[in-house]
Amino acid sequence: MSISIPQAREAAEEQKWAISMRQRRALHKVFFLYIPLAFFMFFALFPFAWMAISSFTAEEELFDADRLPWMIPTFTLENYVDLLSETEFFSWIFNSLAVGLIATAIAVTVGALAGYALARLRFKGASMIGMGIIVTYLVPVSVLFLPLAYVFNSWGLNNTRLALILAYPTHLIPFCTWFMLGYFKNIPADLEESAIIDGCTRIQAFYKIALPLALPGVLAAGIFAFTFSWNEFIYALTFISDDTLKTVPVGVHGQLALGDVYYWGKLMAASLLGSLPIAIIYAFLSEYFVKGLTEGALKQ
Amino acid sequence: MAGIAETRTDQVLQQAPGGEYFPPLGPLARRLERPEVLGFLLVAPALILLIILLGYPFVQAIWLTMLDKHVGSESIFIGFGNYIELWDDPVYRWTIMNTMIFTVISVIAKIVLGLTGALILNQAFRMKNFFRGFILLPWIIPSILSALVWLWMYDDTFGVISRSLIAFGIIEEKILWLSSWGTALTSIIIVNVWRTTPFFIVSLLAALQTVPKDQYEAADMDGAGYLAQFWHVTLPNIKHVLIIITLFGTIWTMSDFNIIFVLTQGGPANTTHVFSTLAYQLAFGAGKLGQGIAVSFTMFPLLFAIIFFRLYRMRKEQS
Repeated sequence: MSISIPQAREAAEEQKWAISMRQRRALHKVFFLYIPLAFFMFFALFPFAWMAISSFTAEEELFDADRLPWMIPTFTLENYVDLLSETEFFSWIFNSLAVGLIATAIAVTVGALAGYALARLRFKGASMIGMGIIVTYLVPVSVLFLPLAYVFNSWGLNNTRLALILAYPTHLIPFCTWFMLGYFKNIPADLEESAIIDGCTRIQAFYKIALPLALPGVLAAGIFAFTFSWNEFIYALTFISDDTLKTVPVGVHGQLALGDVYYWGKLMAASLLGSLPIAIIYAFLSEYFVKGLTEGALKQ
Repeated sequence: MAGIAETRTDQVLQQAPGGEYFPPLGPLARRLERPEVLGFLLVAPALILLIILLGYPFVQAIWLTMLDKHVGSESIFIGFGNYIELWDDPVYRWTIMNTMIFTVISVIAKIVLGLTGALILNQAFRMKNFFRGFILLPWIIPSILSALVWLWMYDDTFGVISRSLIAFGIIEEKILWLSSWGTALTSIIIVNVWRTTPFFIVSLLAALQTVPKDQYEAADMDGAGYLAQFWHVTLPNIKHVLIIITLFGTIWTMSDFNIIFVLTQGGPANTTHVFSTLAYQLAFGAGKLGQGIAVSFTMFPLLFAIIFFRLYRMRKEQS
């Protein structure tokens, strides 16, 4: 190929390949935002998609090795019907709700009181108690379940919902105290001080001034506490053996996955239904949770 | 700690600036105005519950680890016999190594993926909160239920992962994910990372949003590139949160029970146990309660190291 006017050619070439600033930004977005974001979302959400798809697929199709796994299945509700009619699923939901709500109420109340005292009131041993509570929170449940199982058993609490209602706060009270301690510290004390100067008692200053201001924190602590209770497995597994007293995770794992036989259709239906309450809570309240996390938990 | 100044005295009547009089307080109410009384009263419920429900079982447990306690037989005091017997057990030693490999790899993966995810989500784009909400899902859903989905996806005959990889021509033979130590441990790590990375992403994202913008502008003026800005501006600003979530992440990973219990139950041939699953198996499978507790107590040295480091940092920040 002969080059008659090299410079002009070069200029034309440059024109062809040059990309505007806007295109460059768009490309940057594709490589540093959309592609990685898609990868993360796929990794995070695929199991849930698979959970949903499997739960609506008939068992014959789930266990057909020749069928391509992502072929569109015949839609069926039989897994859900079987789950709700053949198992104690409603009892498990009730147990999880009851245990979770009561344990959360106890932990948030007790934790908010203690957190306020440790954040605002100077008294002997306050810093020791505060540290002790943080240390307790850091000790994981899987270290404590055998001691608790032994003692609760000797108190005659095995196989009762009360055992769980008492066990969950052992983890949740330290969390709520520590969380509320951080939250109260971030609220300026001036308002309470001037309320006291104006004639409020300290208790009134707490529940009329500080508590309303800390309500988002209380809500966040409550969401966390309920989520923990709803998800908790190891205490429920060791304390409860009666089928009708089980919580959702133990019921689903124990009754639908016995030995080598896994009823996958029903299992996926149960997993979806068991995850739904938490997903709904977070759909509406995740702002509070993230705010609480950043304003309370991570600040300290 | 900021306490409220002791403005209220024990005087019965006190004149406020506006000329009003406070109503007199009774003797009980007056006592409640003293911070040491009220403070202790407010902390008391938490303390009492924790001492009865946690302190007492814990002290009992220390005693139990020193007994040769089998279900349905006399207990004999054997001192540190349980710990010595454990140390001679190859399964236990293997478990120590497993827990360490599992924890180190998982935590590093979570930090890397968490930081990457947070940096991606920290960019300005539409529906950011929507994506942030969805990415939290793995962390908030009951881990037993999500681990069951993974067990189904790993299934030897009908699992979607192996079958998809074969259909795409990436592998030829099905991978029997949970049938040997290496692949089983990898599978467990994948699920653990999948579950906890969202917490890392959301925490780090929150930290990233507190980094002052003018610091980036100043770095830009100095001609610092992306990497230099990350190293000199971003990292120092999020260091505190990064350390805290790494400590928490280490404790949570090390003490995980649910995922391993669902996926392998410690198998095949006791090769994928961590402390918690081995403790469970010894206590309920073999009926050796004391030895089971002794196994879970071996988490304490590392746990104490982390806790002391945490408290040390808290002290340092306060002063």
